Amino acid sequence: MENNILLGHGSGGKLTHTLIKDLFVKYFDNHILSQQTDSALLQTGSSNIAFTTDSYVVDPIFFPGGNIGKLAVCGTVNDLAVSGAIPKYISASFIIEEGFSLKELDIIVSSMAAEAKKAGVLIVTGDTKVVNKGQCDKLFINTAGIGILDANQLKISSGKCIMAGDKIIINGAIADHGMAIMASRNFGNFKSDIKSDCACLNHMIKEIIDAGCNVKFMRDATRGGIATILSELSENNEIGIEIDESKVPVNENVRGMCELLGFDPFYVANEGKIIIVASAVDAEKVVALMKKNEFGKESSIIGDIVDSHRGKAILKTGIGGSRIIDMLAGEQLPRIC
Amino acid sequence: MKYIDEFRDKVLVDQLLEKISSVTSKEIALMEVCGGHTWAIQKFGIPFLLPENIKLLSGPGCPVCVTSKKFIDQAVAYSRLKDVIITTYGDLIRVPGSTSSLNVEKSRGADVRIVYSVLDALQIAKENPSKRVVFLGIGFETTAPSSAAGIHNALKEKLTNFFVFSSHKIMPPAMAALIDEGVTINGYIAPGHVSVITGSHIYEGIPSKYGVGCVISGFEPVDILQSIYMLCKQIQENDYRVEIQYKRVVKPEGNVKAQEMMAEVFTLRDDWWRGLGTLKDSGLAIKEKYSNFDAEKMIPVEVEETKEEKGCICGEILKGLKKPNDCRLFAKVCTTSNPVGACMVSHEGACNAYFRFNK
Repeated sequence: MENNILLGHGSGGKLTHTLIKDLFVKYFDNHILSQQTDSALLQTGSSNIAFTTDSYVVDPIFFPGGNIGKLAVCGTVNDLAVSGAIPKYISASFIIEEGFSLKELDIIVSSMAAEAKKAGVLIVTGDTKVVNKGQCDKLFINTAGIGILDANQLKISSGKCIMAGDKIIINGAIADHGMAIMASRNFGNFKSDIKSDCACLNHMIKEIIDAGCNVKFMRDATRGGIATILSELSENNEIGIEIDESKVPVNENVRGMCELLGFDPFYVANEGKIIIVASAVDAEKVVALMKKNEFGKESSIIGDIVDSHRGKAILKTGIGGSRIIDMLAGEQLPRIC
Repeated sequence: MKYIDEFRDKVLVDQLLEKISSVTSKEIALMEVCGGHTWAIQKFGIPFLLPENIKLLSGPGCPVCVTSKKFIDQAVAYSRLKDVIITTYGDLIRVPGSTSSLNVEKSRGADVRIVYSVLDALQIAKENPSKRVVFLGIGFETTAPSSAAGIHNALKEKLTNFFVFSSHKIMPPAMAALIDEGVTINGYIAPGHVSVITGSHIYEGIPSKYGVGCVISGFEPVDILQSIYMLCKQIQENDYRVEIQYKRVVKPEGNVKAQEMMAEVFTLRDDWWRGLGTLKDSGLAIKEKYSNFDAEKMIPVEVEETKEEKGCICGEILKGLKKPNDCRLFAKVCTTSNPVGACMVSHEGACNAYFRFNK
């Protein structure tokens, strides 16, 4: 029945996966792409490089806690950092609607520069296209990013070294970004003080890696929320995951809005949250290090890798029940990033 | 969070589970009629916690699930009209019709907008005077009053481009029909939100006629478990009644103003329910007086012939006769991303809840 692209194809959930598998991978297939990691891992001579790309179409382009430009830099930096790489260079291409305010563009570009400086990356190339009014919505940004990857961290992207007993860690409260966007669209006439968690996490990640912690997997929990990542991780690596609902932090204002609108915070997008899988021995050390960083103050262990129910992520609910954590089907919120 | 955390308290949950286990060892089948309960029961993993003698059945209380395919086909036909904007609660747009869905029509250029309230639809009508705005009125006594209020407001504001396409239904005829059909139900976990509007009296016929108790329940784990306990106690004591567990919200007399609004705009008609067929006086049609706002009367449209999906057992699942995993399409052909039957679409649908949390 679906001969056309639906919004759900861009959700990061099941439809996106089907599209990638049945179309993009089918035609582009090669040994690097087929690894399907957040960043492509490339080898040039003796060094390893992580290479990523992303497009930003968030609506509205200004939201509490950031704007489309800051989001573009943070998203690209985080994609590289969770691969275990040190982000170095970024490209930035702008697709701009005719009539867009130069003043607003100035604010967006300057915030990109500020964020890049904070993250320690250089924006080294770019492109500009302007389209007729109505042919794009204000501004879309495409980026690419390159990072340098230590050979010891090559395993992180795939998570293939994960084993039963490992711990699952998160760096703070979930669902802030998605609900901040929702609130800023004035959805349901909400007034809220929810701010996006949009932030570059590369320094925090570097501190963990430099301390020699045995990190086995990292992923930023963007579209589809932590549920999609956990479900994907368990399925791709044939491992059992058990998450303790009561240990996953959700801010009260975000929780309230989710309850009212019927959203499950596990599926709501984040832009400054990572899931880390670390060895049981090092897990507490990782949490302690993260807590010292401004973006990891609420870090905690939220679950375990277990030997049972391989291929499935199970949530132990707050009341002691249990249920499966599945990937998002259909779209939850279009144009969230 | 206030009013939430107290009702998800593990200590209370454990105490209730202990009471449920000790009150009776009889084999008991309880049906939750409301889709909101189905969702909550699966979300919190309640079946995993209950003693083995207590079985929960999901009933026909998900509005999207019981809505006929013909309704979807007609909504699709409306969406294909150039000057029509469809406004709808979210889940409906993914429900497959005979050959299309609102989601697919949207991707082909139809103007289909998700709203959280009929008031949003009214606003869209005001902002688009050259368009006809059709609000898809689905749901039970919970959403029917707001559709009625929408029509009422449209009249007050002299809007001529706002229409409701009503598939609203009322709950009690379906609850009686299930027992009449021979489904074994020892007690009803009765819908909380419906009862906020209707009050508790609408269920009175069920204990008196069938000897089946009804407990009007809230939606948090403690609510649901307390309701299960109250039903088990009624069964053990052979004393079948309508009781309100959800007292913090439901009053015996209900919301009189909302009832009056419904009575002002709607009139009862026979209606078709997926799985149950046509039930007498179970649907809500817009009264003649308000026919200017009735999409069925004001927007003539040609609707394709309705084709039902082969192999889909949504009907039996809605009656609690079968579980989602009894269906040969379940999790194979029919998934949350590619639903065949309506029960897989809405997160209140039994198949969807079962697929997401148990598959």
